[in-house]
Amino acid sequence: MKRVNAVVVGAGAAGGIVAKQLATAGLSVALIERGKWYTANDCRKDDLRNQRVTVLGNAFGPDDEGNPRVAVDARGVPSIVLPSEGQYQNDAACVGGGTLSYGAQAWRYMPQDFRMRSTYGAPQGSSLEDWPISYDDLEPFYDQAEYEIGISGDYSGTPFHGPRKRDLPMPPLVPNREFGILESAAKRLGLHPFHLPMARNSVPYNGRGPCMRCRWCCGFACEVDAKNGSQNTVIPVALKTGNCDLRTECMVKEILLDDRGRAHGVSYFDADRHLQQQLSDIVVVSGCATESARLLLNSKSRLFPAGLGNRYDQVGRHLQGHHYTGASGYFDFDTYDDVGPGASIAIIDYNHGTPGLCGGGMLANEFIRLPIHMVNGLPPGTPKWGLGHKQAMRDWHKRTIVVFGPTQQIPTASARVTVDPSVKDKWGLPVVRFEGNVHPHTFDIGQVQAKRAEAWLKEAGAIHTSISAGRPDTVSAGQHQAGTCRMGNDPQGSVVNKVCQLHDVDNVFVIDSSVHVTNGGFNPALTIMAVAFYASGELVRNWKGTGYRS
Amino acid sequence: MQTRNKAALTRRQFVAAGVLGGAALAVGCKAGNQGNWDFFTDAQALDLTALCDQIIPADGFPSASQAGVITYIDRQLFRHYRRHRDAYRDGLEQADALSRKSFAKALADATPLEHLAIVSAVEKQNPTFFDLVRRHTMEGYYGSPRHGGNRDGVSWRMLGLAEPPVRGRAQYDLRKGAAS
Ligand SMILES: Cc1cc2nc3c(=O)[nH]c(=O)nc-3n(C[C@H](O)[C@H](O)[C@H](O)COP(=O)(O)OP(=O)(O)OC[C@H]3O[C@@H](n4cnc5c(N)ncnc54)[C@H](O)[C@@H]3O)c2cc1C
Ligand code: SF4
Repeated sequence: MKRVNAVVVGAGAAGGIVAKQLATAGLSVALIERGKWYTANDCRKDDLRNQRVTVLGNAFGPDDEGNPRVAVDARGVPSIVLPSEGQYQNDAACVGGGTLSYGAQAWRYMPQDFRMRSTYGAPQGSSLEDWPISYDDLEPFYDQAEYEIGISGDYSGTPFHGPRKRDLPMPPLVPNREFGILESAAKRLGLHPFHLPMARNSVPYNGRGPCMRCRWCCGFACEVDAKNGSQNTVIPVALKTGNCDLRTECMVKEILLDDRGRAHGVSYFDADRHLQQQLSDIVVVSGCATESARLLLNSKSRLFPAGLGNRYDQVGRHLQGHHYTGASGYFDFDTYDDVGPGASIAIIDYNHGTPGLCGGGMLANEFIRLPIHMVNGLPPGTPKWGLGHKQAMRDWHKRTIVVFGPTQQIPTASARVTVDPSVKDKWGLPVVRFEGNVHPHTFDIGQVQAKRAEAWLKEAGAIHTSISAGRPDTVSAGQHQAGTCRMGNDPQGSVVNKVCQLHDVDNVFVIDSSVHVTNGGFNPALTIMAVAFYASGELVRNWKGTGYRS
Repeated sequence: MQTRNKAALTRRQFVAAGVLGGAALAVGCKAGNQGNWDFFTDAQALDLTALCDQIIPADGFPSASQAGVITYIDRQLFRHYRRHRDAYRDGLEQADALSRKSFAKALADATPLEHLAIVSAVEKQNPTFFDLVRRHTMEGYYGSPRHGGNRDGVSWRMLGLAEPPVRGRAQYDLRKGAAS
């Protein structure tokens, strides 16, 4: 197989961007993805099999067959979990990664989110840290992501966002009914509601048409291709250069090291499960937090017996996601208008600045609730089954608003990904094993956030409310997983440096959600994308034509 | 009442259709079971109907079984829910035994009121099985019709959702807007 300049592992949010940036700069790229390439034609609106309701499996990977993981519970007991189960902490496995089926909320973090330790001090038992880069460093790349991926929305209603040089490229979608109900209520409470930013065409953009406001968005692919992920933006551009070779259904097994401790490519199983080698000058790992950590940990060598880049036992640690909390409000008038995607209005008044709390979080109304979501979302006291339940479904399905959001998660070193000593996947590779739990201060923040959501719903006229703010005792990762290959200046406390290069091996990079030091009080994808534009820019700048020299 | 009769008729027609489909399939892949179902025996299907129709009873709208929930579960026991086969075999057997003990008749022969008592007892005595059946019943009733339940989108219509759903609703004038 011909040697290439760069292997990029994983064609998701970050991997697609890296491939495009390198390929347009003239590097030859092999973009290797374990999942399939679905197009808008493969879009199936299946309420029981998508990326959000997975009772009949994940629509966009991985399959339940042959892809187990191991979750260790609070008592230390391990059990095998399948991709369709919550403890699997799945994002997706396909071209586009999570961005094929995501809800597409496209948030910038706020300046404070990059300086959490300086702003608040680290709570005891936490590993709260500052990022080695700032909001200002990333601002141009947030902008680039917003324009190249395509974001609609309107920040003008809130003063709380970080500085930005220009508006979003597309206006917001026309408001749905919930927007109107919640907007006036928020204003009465002195809050600053606005049209949340979304990677979704509200008008024709990038050669594709606008959203047609369907019922099935978050968790589904878009049949009119109006939702913008890496699969319909940067990856097609990368392929068009002629420099990028996308290989789907190919599972990267390990990163290969030469005698001098530099990477010289990867080995992978192709679609027929034959082991192949792809030699390269550099390797970029973009497999998302859990799988990127697994790949490094499974890349053992004489120089790195505990896994690549893992000299100080940092790979896999500081695993985090988002603790989602909020409230449901039940109304005596119809709030539902069947106009997708549903989520439309947000406030970021509470992300920072509450005395005694290390951060807060964005609050927004939820994506359209399908009937299957509603089954367990009825007012407290509703019978669980029987005529009473059926009647309640009729009473409340069109009269419920859910407001919730991603609570800033306080990281700990003990929440981590390792590889299981005995369980293997269908390729014979040791699988991800989760250990640890969530720092309790996260729950304190979540509790306050849920009360705030409830107050907003009450102001909007809810006649019943119920709060959701649990205290789970397992790791939190899931769709918003981050933090297993922390970015930092100290090689003993992080895995990559501030340009996403392994401290230990100068031609291996990790560019994806893994590098997040903290995960903001926002959905992470736009930050992952901005970091990917930024880090691949640095990579190209340091590229010397034949190899990478730091 | 009328809706109810209509739905019941639909169910009978469906069972008749199932015989044909079942017979055709039985040749190829279904070892052992020569009845109307992929997984269940006819007796098991009747027992499950008794339980599911208490979880979602008929009122002005169809019950669970009338909307195809048994078909949904039966199919999935050959697909995604293969791991729950034993739970159904054992759980249905226990529910039937409970009926024989409490009412001196088979579960399928008990009255709806007796079914209600049995389902309540199963919920207490065998909560794992009850939760499984409840979950699967809700999925079959409120999930996508393509899996055999929610026949003709009946639960979605019941909730007042447009069925078929509205498609092609862009709210901006496509001739205007940002250049691409
Ligand atoms: C239903 C859903 C809703 C979401 N909603 C939002 C939202 O509204 N806003 C938001 O910001 N975020 C949202 N997310 C999360 C968002 O999609 C993720 O944060 C983002 O995609 C992560 O980017 P990534 O590049 O780190 O990894 P991914 O996008 O997950 O890409 C990683 C890719 O690498 C591949 N891979 C991994 N290991 C290997 C290997 N060894 N060999 C080959 N390939 C490999 C995987 O198959 C995958 O395709 C949502 C996700 C889902 C699933
Ligand atoms: S709501 Fe809009 S963007 Fe989302 S899937 Fe439907 S048409 Fe596509």
